[in-house]
Amino acid sequence: MITPTETTSRPRYTRKELSGNQPTWCPGCGDYSILSIYLKLMEKRQVPLEKIVSVSGIGCSSRFPYFVNAHGAHFLHGRALPFASGISLSRPDLHVFVFTGDGDALSIGGNHLDHAARKNIRMTCVIMDNSVYGLTKHQTSPTSPVGFRSKTDPSGSVDRPVNAMKKLIAAGATFVARTNSHMPNHVLDMMERAIDHDGFSVIHCLSECAQFYPGAYDKTNPRKGGVFELVPADHDSSDELAAYKLAMAPFPGYFGVIYQTTLPTKNELEARLIAEARLKTGNASALEAMTKTLQQFC
Amino acid sequence: MIEKAAENQRQEHASAGARPKVRIQDAVIRLAGDSQDGIQVVGGFLAKLAGRTAKDVMTYMTIPATISGGASIYQVRLGTGEILSAGDDVDVLVACYQHSYNDHIGTLREGGVLLYDLDQVQPDPSDARHRAIGVPITSLTVEAIGGTAKDKGKNMFVLGLLTRLFDLDHAKLDSMLRKHFDKKGEPVVRNVIDAFNAGYGYDIGQYTEICHFESSTTTSTTPRVVMDGNQAIAYGAISAGIRFGASYPITPATSIMEILRAELPKYGGTLVQAEDELAAIAMACGAAYAGQPALTSTSGPGLSLKSEALGWAVMAEMPVLIIDVQRGGPATGLPTMVEQSDLNLACTGTHGDAPRIVLAPASVEDCFYTTAEAVDLARRYSCPVVILSDQALGTRIEAWDMPGLPALMRDLTPKFEPVGPNFKPYRIAGDGIPRHAPPGTPVVDGRFPIVTGLEHNEDGQPSAQPENHAKMVAKRRQKLELLASQLPKAVVGGPPTGDVLLVGWGSTQGPIREAVGRARAGGRSVSALHLRYLMPFQPGIQEALDGFEHVFVVEMNDQDSYGRGQLGARLQSAFSHPDIRGITKTDGLSFKVGEILQQMGAKLAHRAKEQQ
Repeated sequence: MITPTETTSRPRYTRKELSGNQPTWCPGCGDYSILSIYLKLMEKRQVPLEKIVSVSGIGCSSRFPYFVNAHGAHFLHGRALPFASGISLSRPDLHVFVFTGDGDALSIGGNHLDHAARKNIRMTCVIMDNSVYGLTKHQTSPTSPVGFRSKTDPSGSVDRPVNAMKKLIAAGATFVARTNSHMPNHVLDMMERAIDHDGFSVIHCLSECAQFYPGAYDKTNPRKGGVFELVPADHDSSDELAAYKLAMAPFPGYFGVIYQTTLPTKNELEARLIAEARLKTGNASALEAMTKTLQQFC
Repeated sequence: MIEKAAENQRQEHASAGARPKVRIQDAVIRLAGDSQDGIQVVGGFLAKLAGRTAKDVMTYMTIPATISGGASIYQVRLGTGEILSAGDDVDVLVACYQHSYNDHIGTLREGGVLLYDLDQVQPDPSDARHRAIGVPITSLTVEAIGGTAKDKGKNMFVLGLLTRLFDLDHAKLDSMLRKHFDKKGEPVVRNVIDAFNAGYGYDIGQYTEICHFESSTTTSTTPRVVMDGNQAIAYGAISAGIRFGASYPITPATSIMEILRAELPKYGGTLVQAEDELAAIAMACGAAYAGQPALTSTSGPGLSLKSEALGWAVMAEMPVLIIDVQRGGPATGLPTMVEQSDLNLACTGTHGDAPRIVLAPASVEDCFYTTAEAVDLARRYSCPVVILSDQALGTRIEAWDMPGLPALMRDLTPKFEPVGPNFKPYRIAGDGIPRHAPPGTPVVDGRFPIVTGLEHNEDGQPSAQPENHAKMVAKRRQKLELLASQLPKAVVGGPPTGDVLLVGWGSTQGPIREAVGRARAGGRSVSALHLRYLMPFQPGIQEALDGFEHVFVVEMNDQDSYGRGQLGARLQSAFSHPDIRGITKTDGLSFKVGEILQQMGAKLAHRAKEQQ
């Protein structure tokens, strides 16, 4: 969680200073909008430039860090979350953002999503879901609907898609939200609530692939005759069963914070463990502690 | 050995009453039972006691992969003077069950002592090669501790028997036992001491003499640390400044993560139990990216899984330490047995050209220092380092001098000095070692670094430019060539020229040195070269090889179709020598000294025949 005190007495920066390389996404890609909202979020919150860390795996989404002029890392396919966990757990001063895609987070890295969620490691994970493999040019993804025609399913996909919301709630994520890149204000709202959440926050953000799956999310786009159905006003987002019911709604489903709960983060629990251990040693220096330990083996 | 000593030095000691005492230099004791009997505990106490009474000690253990039950052995070699191996032949075999007797009687040397449980074992009455002593271990233990815990406490009874047999320090053991079991409460302590004393008081004097270790000739006053190789690695890593680790449980490496989990918080650090091997190394890479060298510990199957991320650490040039406690492979292989068959994987595993540093410790003490050096090299060369330990080294206990900690301890807390507009993390000119700016580092008027697994230019920006890739591949190689040039020169143990050079790496050092000693005593011209730096190689190896007619590379893996093991083949490709052959084995057990000598003799004879 980023505290506002860190942002005082520094010259304000703008989105423009935060722009990195020219994005390499195709024209019309939904990812542009997510990038621009992320920059807007940082501008609004004035997170110190050197404390912004964007981490990604592999895929179209994962080119993200290059387009932000701040610290970033481009790790392996599927492993952005444990990489970010290593940063988060060793550096309590940072709030890491992970940008990943449907293939990266829900297929090759599916296991890590579950465990980052259950461990409640402090970070925000944005799953930029286009329901297709774009970087490798048009193969079926874990969120492609049944019947989806791709180069790996020329006669239509037969495997049922992953329901990211259900998976995340079941895994024990403490903040689960859903949005769509063509609703920028809603995306910003979700990002703000995610960054303010003390724990593992996930934003499942539909992001249309104009090249290989155009129109995939038209049903959610009011400008294309669809309905962007918000989570009902009376939804209790701390009610796990209610959240699960919302998550089960057929496509295109609901948008907003589906589930949020407060549980201690792993960061906090580890810090407590360290504090207790330090106290037990009488706040010994490393040399004193090691000397004492090795003497026990003598 | 007991028998020789008995013949030469039979002496009576007034203090032992009517029973003779025999002075011995060292003894190999093998405890054979089931894994739930706690024979490891007995072995552990013997080893600890030896360390505290300035005796040298080495242990060797096999445990079944099952949770409870299954045959298990623990071998302890105790002695005065330097102990190099766990011993080829057993002087005293303790057999708790019939299967223990059946399986291990063959290891007992002629004239050795068989100590067996009269309640459980029926030895072959026609076998007159050993001195058999039957002791009703089970029933006497039950009697001693009141019959409340059948099968429990037998190990303590055996410890008592051995304490009497070897005239060990009863008072010291008594206090060690009390201290060790203190946490379990008074009734347990009482049972332990009762069983121990019952064993100690049992009269075996009518069968054999008491053996007394010659007093140590070493006058060193340095306290001695008694621990196993995995412990030495864990404490070595913390001493060298490691504050973050992530691992996944895997035999026989698990105890490293267990120790770090318990110990690191004392130093402000954390070990994370990751969901899998991939996540474990990914977390270590993340922590390294965040500013401090980090580690992951594993065994062969885990190293296979980690190799993609190892490649990332090579590409991104990140200080990540990967500890591989090798076991038998491939696949699930032999989880509780030893092999040195991960060398190729450690040196080249991952796709692409991916130079990294590979080190192998040779003893428990060396586990401590090699790990500390590995952390240092990872940091100084900004490069992943693989440490190749093995099951034998990881689980065996040795006594070694307390390290000089003040000079060893490192504080690697990152600094976040601002970098300027011309910051190039991957500068090619100069030493080629990157200068990272971890998150938290302000960048003044410039581009922030993105650390990536894509090929990148000097700024760290992705680049598929052909010329750039060639330059960067070379840069990553050259920084290790620079390291190689700065490594200490290889030193041959023994005369630098002669007939035979035995080359080894890792845990085979002890048996090789003992083999060299025996061969030289038998008039053969044999020297040894033991390598800690497996990638890159240190200077002086060519010169060392040149001094010998035959080179045998002794390693616990299979020979290739050209008769060489994994290091043998690597040496053959890096250096030139007309006769590099392997002395290899793949039975999942450590080398016996005799096996090395036998293979060496056979191969030399074969070559001589060929030349006729």
